[in-house]
Amino acid sequence: MSFVKLSVPAIAIAAASATAAAARDNVQVAGSSTVLPYASIVAEAFGENFDFPTPVVESGGSSAGLKRFCEGVGENTIDIANSSRQIKDSEIEACAENGVTDIIEVRVGYDGIVFASDINGNAYEFTPSDWFLALSDKVLVDGQLVDNPNNTWADVNPDFPAIDIQAFVPGTKHGTREVFEDKVILAGCEETGAFEAFKAVNGDDKKAAEKACISLRTDGKSVDIDGDYTETLARIESNKDGIGVFGLAFYENNTDKLQVATMSGVVPSTETIASGEYPVSRPLFFYVKKAHIGVIPGLKEYAEFFVADEVAGPDGPLAEYGLVADPELSETQQVVADEATMDSNS
Amino acid sequence: MTDISHQSAPQSRHAGSLLQKDSRTVRRNRAEARFKIYGIFAIAVGMLMLAVLVYNIVTRGVGAYSQTFITLDVELLESKLDKNGNRNLEEIKKVTTFGYAPLIKNAFEKKVEELGIKTPLKPKDQAAILSKSAEAQLRDFVIANPDKIGETIEFRFLANSRVDGYMKGRVTRESIANDKSISVEQLDLVDQLHKAGVLNKTFNIDFITGADASDQRPEAAGMGVSMIGSLFMMLVVLALALPIGVAASIYLEEFAPRNWLTDIIEVNISNLAAVPSIVFGILGLAVFINYMHLPMSAPLVGGLVLTLMTLPTIIISTRASLKSVPPSIRDAALGVGASKMQAVFHHVLPLAAPGILTGTIIGLAQALGETAPLLLIGMVGFIASNAPDSIASGLLSPNSAMPAQIYEWAKRADPAFYERAWGGIIILLVFLVTMNTVAVILRRRFERRW
Repeated sequence: MSFVKLSVPAIAIAAASATAAAARDNVQVAGSSTVLPYASIVAEAFGENFDFPTPVVESGGSSAGLKRFCEGVGENTIDIANSSRQIKDSEIEACAENGVTDIIEVRVGYDGIVFASDINGNAYEFTPSDWFLALSDKVLVDGQLVDNPNNTWADVNPDFPAIDIQAFVPGTKHGTREVFEDKVILAGCEETGAFEAFKAVNGDDKKAAEKACISLRTDGKSVDIDGDYTETLARIESNKDGIGVFGLAFYENNTDKLQVATMSGVVPSTETIASGEYPVSRPLFFYVKKAHIGVIPGLKEYAEFFVADEVAGPDGPLAEYGLVADPELSETQQVVADEATMDSNS
Repeated sequence: MTDISHQSAPQSRHAGSLLQKDSRTVRRNRAEARFKIYGIFAIAVGMLMLAVLVYNIVTRGVGAYSQTFITLDVELLESKLDKNGNRNLEEIKKVTTFGYAPLIKNAFEKKVEELGIKTPLKPKDQAAILSKSAEAQLRDFVIANPDKIGETIEFRFLANSRVDGYMKGRVTRESIANDKSISVEQLDLVDQLHKAGVLNKTFNIDFITGADASDQRPEAAGMGVSMIGSLFMMLVVLALALPIGVAASIYLEEFAPRNWLTDIIEVNISNLAAVPSIVFGILGLAVFINYMHLPMSAPLVGGLVLTLMTLPTIIISTRASLKSVPPSIRDAALGVGASKMQAVFHHVLPLAAPGILTGTIIGLAQALGETAPLLLIGMVGFIASNAPDSIASGLLSPNSAMPAQIYEWAKRADPAFYERAWGGIIILLVFLVTMNTVAVILRRRFERRW
């Protein structure tokens, strides 16, 4: 039959091209969905201005990206992991086990985490304590640690309306979650004095107390969002009383649907984050496999282009999109130029 | 026969008039009428759902097919683009897109002055209503035509997504109250430019032919390159799944002995058809990328994964259509001395071909809309490659696929991408409807019934 005759060369072509697939000529990036928009802006401009192909940028969360990053060295692994938090020691160890030893850490700038509710809903002025009292598993009542009894925001803080607590926080695979825990929940834990109580219960163990602080309630008041911010936004649109955790850039693109809450009296903006007034911000990173530099064409050029003044600087396109430029950008540029790896002892 | 029923009828039933129905008949008729109503209701619900779906998709997606453009005369200043004046392409390429921004700013300022529009905005903020893709468009033009440096050329630039949203009614003066990307003054300027005929909304072919764009310029994003990615994947699926599937089903149906081994194979093929597609994605990652070292994000790998997914569909439909060819045809062929293979290939297969084709097309349509397995092999993400220039690069260089592109857009922050996601769905649906229609037509025209 004719299709048999036709399909034989087709299979031959497929097989031949498969063997020719030895060299990858594009940079492959994966990781944080917070860094994704910035990385895609850079990748696009990189493809336009250089003779290299446009890098491929996937998302999936910081932890997922770093896990893929640490799978090994070679063309079938990614070259760069985007991350909205610093790489953990355990991840560095996992990397080393798979032969990924020389890692270049590049800090691209800062990003704010904002709390936002529906545009027509109630306006909030939060402090970290409010969030701890609203979402923690156990809180301090009359000097006793009890299961969180707060059902409405008015229970948390009499200034707030009696609206049921409904918070959409990033899932654990997101780097944003960690910053939320560190800068908001843990801070609130310490402010309310629950930290000391946890410490006493756990026999002065600081680590255990921190862990107890950041364990969130599981009765449905706090919902983990494993997807992207669009999912959080969709949840808020369907549940007007909900409050979500977003990246600053995402909020700034959706100001017609969301209103932002202040944190400790400060309105989040690139200015207040740069000055350090707004407390909930975190650095954004990407990690480069040094072993791939020179093997994958354009990898070093991409990294250098990402942190160039005209891209990541205060007047560059990234800052325009919502990134808070790093005042120490020139040092980062030096790190990339020197291909200086992280301290391998750490 | 009629006599018997005529005689036995009065015995088994109560005697009654044919005109006056007894209560049992009335009940049965009522039950039938009720069932008909249920049926019509079920169909009505289905149609209503479909209508709501199509209405939603079309109303939300149709905006992506028109786009706001601004026409400007840009002077390609030699002092900016080619300082040495020797038209050396390598030197011209050294000027990045950032170097083109002043040219556009000047052109914009000039245009506003020429039209006599008064605006309190600074030139930089005026030019901000243009898309970020304008610089790239200009640079591409200069690199393609270095001899045009020094001349003034008319360009049609995209307006940025907020301006475009304003023209489409998605963005209003109220909704931008907290928006830092655009101001009321800029919208005033947009209105005036629109009145002067410089800024216009027209059909946007780039949405159908273009590549993906970054989060900063949703207005420039298009489906074209991901369509090519889907096309190459479908070619791989067709080239592999059709011969393998048909060969396997011919052997199983016509040649294989009936024993426990073929029974097990049969059960497993049916099971395979029910395996969730994400499983094939994990398999593809493990086998094709990690073990066989095929490139990530390549349509070849996507095609291989989708082949695995489509094979059972094709095998099952091929076997069904082979089974529907009456045995008398085989027997007749064998009776006049044909070998078994001749009987199958000369007589059975041509008669089964319409069914096989229909099954294949439906399998392809299913594969075309699949996203989950692509997630794991790196085909979902920001993949803004150019259209491939050869078959090999089409198969091997990174590309996305239509459903993956839609998913990617639906995730992005800027609401303009949301509109494009719906617009992409329209294209995907057009493909699916076309494929299914072709399948129906083929079946109607060539299928023979016995």
